Amino acid sequence: MTSLSSQMAEAASRSGSGGRRRALLAALEPWAYLSPALVLIATVLLVPLLFGIGYSFRKFSAFRSEFVGLGQYEAMLHDPILGQALVNTLWWTAGSLFFQFFLGLGLALLLDRDFVGRRLVQAIVFLPWAVPTFLSGLTWAWLFNPIIGPLPHWLSALGLKAEPTNILADPATAMWGPIIANVWFGIPFFAITLLAALKSIPSELYEAAAIDGANPWQRFTRVTLPFLAPTIAITVMLRTIWIATFADLIYVMTEGGPAGSTNTVATYIYVSAFKSLDKGYASAVAVLLLALLILYAVVLIRMRRLFARDA
Amino acid sequence: MIAGRSRAKRRLAAAGLYAAVGLYVAFALFPLFWTFKISVTPQSLLYGEGITVWPSAATLDNYARVLRATDFPRYFLNSVVVSVTTAAIVTLVASAAGYSLSRFRFRGKAAVAFLLLLTQTFPLVMVIPPIYRLMGEIGLTNSLTGLIVIYTAFNVAFATFLMQSYFDGIPKDLEEAAMIDGCTRVEALRRVIVPLTLPGMGATLGFVFTAAWSELLFALMLINSENQKTFAVGLLTFIGKFAVDWGQMMAASVLALVPACLFFAFLQRYLVTGLTAGAVKG
Repeated sequence: MTSLSSQMAEAASRSGSGGRRRALLAALEPWAYLSPALVLIATVLLVPLLFGIGYSFRKFSAFRSEFVGLGQYEAMLHDPILGQALVNTLWWTAGSLFFQFFLGLGLALLLDRDFVGRRLVQAIVFLPWAVPTFLSGLTWAWLFNPIIGPLPHWLSALGLKAEPTNILADPATAMWGPIIANVWFGIPFFAITLLAALKSIPSELYEAAAIDGANPWQRFTRVTLPFLAPTIAITVMLRTIWIATFADLIYVMTEGGPAGSTNTVATYIYVSAFKSLDKGYASAVAVLLLALLILYAVVLIRMRRLFARDA
Repeated sequence: MIAGRSRAKRRLAAAGLYAAVGLYVAFALFPLFWTFKISVTPQSLLYGEGITVWPSAATLDNYARVLRATDFPRYFLNSVVVSVTTAAIVTLVASAAGYSLSRFRFRGKAAVAFLLLLTQTFPLVMVIPPIYRLMGEIGLTNSLTGLIVIYTAFNVAFATFLMQSYFDGIPKDLEEAAMIDGCTRVEALRRVIVPLTLPGMGATLGFVFTAAWSELLFALMLINSENQKTFAVGLLTFIGKFAVDWGQMMAASVLALVPACLFFAFLQRYLVTGLTAGAVKG
């Protein structure tokens, strides 16, 4: 530890001895590395984002658009479909994330151990993630189909369902279809990122813990988890946001039905943007979703900072 | 006695490990297996045989028809071009940005991180109409270049966070030692950091490739002409055109899996090798 800080001090004094021009170059250096990413994001994403926010204050019809101020936002207050979509989004996101994360963590911990055929197993279990998303949706919709797919018959044989019917056709159970497809597709994401983090834990720490007589659970909570915590925080946060705005899977499997039971805010925006002419209302709903997600991210970052200070 | 019990315990743990691994493998493979099964089932047996693990007769007719009678080979090639180019550009751009965020302290760093996070949060659908208009004005609709630009921009933020975390995992004293030994930052980067970050770059390549390979919404909006369609758009229009030709659709799907499989076979090395651990030890 002391050698590291003395090296850093030495490096700092070396760079401080240069002239003003060198100082300017040093100040610009990080921005030079960042600039390609920033230019891309600004031109392709932020400028259109501002246009989109502008749309949310307008009402569009076939050939013209007019400024309506907060009219679209007011309309959201009296929209029962939006209310249901918000609740559905919460279930969809929480359900998908919960199973993706814990099954992904379990998989990463398994793959971090040595066993016969580990490399082959890893290649197989990561494969769902390489499957195009809407294709996963179609495949799972097919599996839930009682005429051709096996799942309804198995569920009924296990006594989980009285009749081998399609769970996607029943408003009470339909959301489980896209959630299961999403879990299948999303486990590898967590497993890959967490496994990469696990691999970067210095093995001396485990050796030291073993010498100190730590049992496997203690090694997990005292060595593994603290090392994984930053990766977990960032992946969970980004994944929540992705899932909440992820429309493809639900759209392909149920189109938000039956009776709006799988309609999330994201699919609602998609449908209203493309099936109705009024892009203004879709943009207003999108602004609402955006605001909710930013709020979520800010709260999570604050919590993480608080947590880091306590630790 | 105690030794015997601990051996039994170890055996039980090994059995548990293999059982868990088996469940994961079964869960991961089953839908893919089913897709494959349907793709080799003759149309005449598809509805007649009920639920079987394997059809009584298998055929490659669906594949032959997909390859000869449809535009899928072209869609396939388009997707390869888009995904490979996007993955390569994103990895380069995100490595530079991630290195900057990991190794420098500077004013505005928190703002940059927040900006990157922001690009992760806004709903895709929100920018589709404005992007469509802007792309039209600079003549990039109906072009693969337009898709590459958009996919690159959309993947760069996440890839940057990913690369930053890989750089963070490499001890700073490794490159500082190299710089004290007389290397410039660029030399230290090339000789010490880049070799250690290869697994991270490999993972980033893989993430971006698959994201670009399966993107649907923007491709659907921006591409109308038959010879510029990506695989996702092609498959979706295929469903519209031939409502229930599941055999052909599943055959096309299996073909779409091939590059993904190859890519992952290639990536395995980078995901597996714990280069960092080795460097810290040695």
